[in-house]
Amino acid sequence: MRFRFAHSTIDTAAARLELLDPGAGGYLSFEGWVRDHNEGREVTRLEYEAYEELAVKEGERILSEAQNRFPIKRALCIHRVGSLGLADMAVWVGVCSVHRGEAFDACRFIIDEVKHRVPIWKKEHYRNGDSGWVNCERCAAAPRHSHQHQTAVSRLTD
Amino acid sequence: MTDSATGAASAPVYGLVLAGGSSSRMRRDKAALPYQGESQLDRACALAGRHVDRVFVSVRAGQDTDPVRARRQMIIDSVAGGGPIVGIRSAIAAHPDVAWLVLACDLPFLSDAAVAHLLAERDPNLVATAYRSAHDGLPEPLCAVWEPKAADELAANQAGGGSCPRKFLMRHTVKIIELLDLKALDNVNTPGEYAQALRLLGSGSEINPMQLKIKYYALMREQAGRSEETVETEAATAADLYSELQARHGFTLSREQLKVAVNSEFSTWSRKLANGDAVVFIPPVAGG
Repeated sequence: MRFRFAHSTIDTAAARLELLDPGAGGYLSFEGWVRDHNEGREVTRLEYEAYEELAVKEGERILSEAQNRFPIKRALCIHRVGSLGLADMAVWVGVCSVHRGEAFDACRFIIDEVKHRVPIWKKEHYRNGDSGWVNCERCAAAPRHSHQHQTAVSRLTD
Repeated sequence: MTDSATGAASAPVYGLVLAGGSSSRMRRDKAALPYQGESQLDRACALAGRHVDRVFVSVRAGQDTDPVRARRQMIIDSVAGGGPIVGIRSAIAAHPDVAWLVLACDLPFLSDAAVAHLLAERDPNLVATAYRSAHDGLPEPLCAVWEPKAADELAANQAGGGSCPRKFLMRHTVKIIELLDLKALDNVNTPGEYAQALRLLGSGSEINPMQLKIKYYALMREQAGRSEETVETEAATAADLYSELQARHGFTLSREQLKVAVNSEFSTWSRKLANGDAVVFIPPVAGG
C-alpha cells in the first residue's frame, strides 16, 4: 500500500527505505506535526480518526494522480490515527524522482489533496478543557454554510 | 366554494398540517417517517397544497428548528402542551380571515378525492365541516375544515378547560359528511401500524423494509452515541436515509455539509439503497 495508516509512531526510516530507487536523483519528505495552537486557541493534544477502508482507497487514488501528473519515481503517504501529543507526527509524505523539482511539486500536491479529500477527522483538545472536531463544529453552528469539503483550511501541515 | 345562505362570501381556505405531536407510541418522529422515499410531513403538505393556495405546518415551540419542519412555513403553538386544538387556535389567530383545511400529518391513506370531497361539502356558515369517523361515528377533527368563526368558541372552550377537538366539534354545530373510503382516515401511531401501512401502500419490491448497516465516525459517532447500527428502513435514497436518521439522532450537520459513502465508495445522495448496503455519512474532513 502506498497510502496507509499507522496506529503508533510513524517509522520514517523504514518508509524512506521503501522509496529507494536506483533511477532517482532526489528524495524528499514532508512531516505534519501537532502544533500547540490553532485559530487562537491553545491545543494540548489531538485525536485522529479515519474511515480507513475508504480512506485507503481515496489515498491510493491521490498517489496515482500524483504519479500521473508529475514524472516522479515513487510516492508514499502514512497518516496517524489515535491520540497524539504536541510535536507528534501526524502525517508523513515521501517522494523520489529523477530531478528535485517534480518531487517538490508532487509532495505538495499529495499533502494538499489528502487534507481535503481523505475521510480523516481530528478532534482538538484545548487548554481550557474544551474540545472540538476541526471543520465540523462551526459548520453545525452555521448550518447554511455549505462547503462541499473544498474549503477545509490548511492547518497542522502548513 | 359555495356562498353562504346569507350571501356572505366564504373565507379562503389555507392548509394546516399538524406535526406537533410527540410521537410517543411510534418512538420516532412521525413527521419524518418515510413513505416511498418521502416523509409523511412532505406527503401531507403536498396533498394539501394540491387543494389550497397556502399550506402551513403546525408545530410546538422548540420544533421550529427541526430540519423536517423548518423548510415549511410554520405556525408555532401559542400555548405549550395544549395538543392539536392549540395548533388550530394558533392558526386562526395568525390568519383570522381564512378557514383551515386541518390535516393530521399521519394519515397515509388520505386521498386527493377525500380532500376534494371535504372541501366541496364545506359549509362556511358552521364552525367546521368534518368527516364522520369510520371507527366511532364521531366527527374527525383532524381532517376537517375549520372556519374563522370558530375562534370565539375555541377561546371560550379553552377558558373552560376543554382540550379535545373532537368533543369541541360534538358540542358545536358542524357539518358531518360521510367517508367515501372507510379507510381514508386510518392513522398510524405505532411501528406495527406503520409497517402495515407500508405494506398496504407499497407495491412490488418496495414493500419490504431494508436492513442497512450504518457506521458513524467523528462528530456523527458522538451525536449518534454509537459507532454503528443496523437499521430497518424504507428510505429509498441515501438522502432519505439521512433525513430519517437525522430526525432520530438529532445530527446538527445538514446534508449539504456531508458526503455519503455506500459500500466503502463515495456515492451520490440520490443513490437508491438496497438491502444489506453499508452506509457512512462523512462530515467535513480534516486530515494532515
